[in-house]
Amino acid sequence: MIEIDAVSKSYDGRAVVRDLTLTVPAGALCVLLGPSGCGKSTTLRMINRLVPFDSGAIRVNGEDVLGVATETLRRRIGYAIQSTGLFPHWRVADNIATVPRLLDWRPERVRDRVDELLTLLRLDPAIYAGKFPHQLSGGEQQRVGVARALAADPDILLMDEPFAAVDPITRDALQSELARIHQATGKTIVFVTHDIEEALRLATVIAIMERGRLAQLGTPLEIVEQPASDFVRDFVGVQGIGLKLLSVRRVGERVRRGETAAGAAIGAEASLADALGAMIARRADRLPVADERGETVGAVTLADLVR
Amino acid sequence: MLGTAVKTPALWVGVLFAALLVGMPALSPLFAAAFPGIRPEIFDRAAFPELFLSHLGLVAAASAAATVTGVALAVFVTRPAGRDFRTIANLLATVGQTFPPAAVLALAVPALGFGPRPTIVALFLYGLLPILENAMAGLDGVPGTVREAARGMGLSPWQILRDVELPLAAPVILAGVRVSVTIGIGTATIGSTVGALTFGTPIFDGLAGNKLPYVLQGAVLVALFAIVTDLLFALLARRLRVPGA
Repeated sequence: MIEIDAVSKSYDGRAVVRDLTLTVPAGALCVLLGPSGCGKSTTLRMINRLVPFDSGAIRVNGEDVLGVATETLRRRIGYAIQSTGLFPHWRVADNIATVPRLLDWRPERVRDRVDELLTLLRLDPAIYAGKFPHQLSGGEQQRVGVARALAADPDILLMDEPFAAVDPITRDALQSELARIHQATGKTIVFVTHDIEEALRLATVIAIMERGRLAQLGTPLEIVEQPASDFVRDFVGVQGIGLKLLSVRRVGERVRRGETAAGAAIGAEASLADALGAMIARRADRLPVADERGETVGAVTLADLVR
Repeated sequence: MLGTAVKTPALWVGVLFAALLVGMPALSPLFAAAFPGIRPEIFDRAAFPELFLSHLGLVAAASAAATVTGVALAVFVTRPAGRDFRTIANLLATVGQTFPPAAVLALAVPALGFGPRPTIVALFLYGLLPILENAMAGLDGVPGTVREAARGMGLSPWQILRDVELPLAAPVILAGVRVSVTIGIGTATIGSTVGALTFGTPIFDGLAGNKLPYVLQGAVLVALFAIVTDLLFALLARRLRVPGA
């Protein structure tokens, strides 16, 4: 759990974050969303004290971040950034091993952990462990960046626009990966982005920021259906609101239990937008739906999507 | 074996240099034929290996001091605490380089006496600028995202410097040391005017005594010394290269 309590920060008299109060519950994937300059990245970087704050308090798992040595604090919190910041002179395995080595893990334990993480990020350890960052594609580098942030198994992960620099197809794959990892590990994740689609897709809770203040805090559905202000409504976008609703609602909400349909099943966790896409691709108006164990639980029809 | 030697010029230029260093007296018939009437044909006030060791010692001492000072200064002025001193450090190094080594020698002799010491001082001052400038450029060239990631993961400032910044800046720093040392080898010859033993000794003796063979012998050896050193640095540079750069 992360508690941000009445925190303010200004640079040279210009307020960047104003009296911000925000609690990220344990296990949440909280997206800090807003236009550039709204203070979202500064807020993220105050949590691991890369940016000192002027007033207020930040607590991580109940502990005041100012009460811990900065390096100790940062080694407990995973951190991934845009364009990865991978060390170009270290191999993939050494990059991932950075924090475990700082924490003096035994070499065998470090090696096992690196293999485990590469496998989790769907990179074959036999192929990737010995490569240098420049030998990887942008998407692979980003995966290694995420693996490195997860290396010491931190409860909390901070991600600063981690997928902003990759192409749309790779970004899509990385977002799915992150959603999967979030579900599998139950980490508390704070994720900064200016991309509303990305926020709707990943977040369990969205904090929209406007000029250093919290404009609205809510689930993706609440943000889209009940914007708290004109700013939020404009930012989320009036146009394409229907499609956005499709992307925040889950297939599981509309499933006709017990019914069946032909073809490969779609997951109950998939969005309605994914279901619509699959129907169009297959020229079908009915899809079978499977639960997380892969067992078919029912079907969803085209009409259900617009209900 | 032969293939390796051809591909590694440091090896055969090194062998040539070593052969001339110890075998120069064997060439006396050649010099006798080319410069009749000059006796002895080969410079003999000191043995060439002795000149080499003394020359090497002077350059090594001055370059080691310049490298330590230059890199330390560059590290200092690229930290938040030292940023204000950057202009001054640069200015001092530039003055050191523009001041002719001969003038430094002339000024240093009254303070330090004749012999190797004023030469080391002159070489140190002359060699500082390329090292300082390259070290600053190398440290500046470390990508901001890499430094940010290192901080975010909890590396201490010292660990960031040692494990991230210096290894990434090493190729650029090394290029500065290479320039500094190679120039230093040539410049060290003037140390012989104030009593240091270098390959400049036969050159200045030859000029003073109108004995061209001595000038030739000193000049060829100092040139080969500089070339071998430069080639060795090229080998080292290949090892320090950052992957993908």
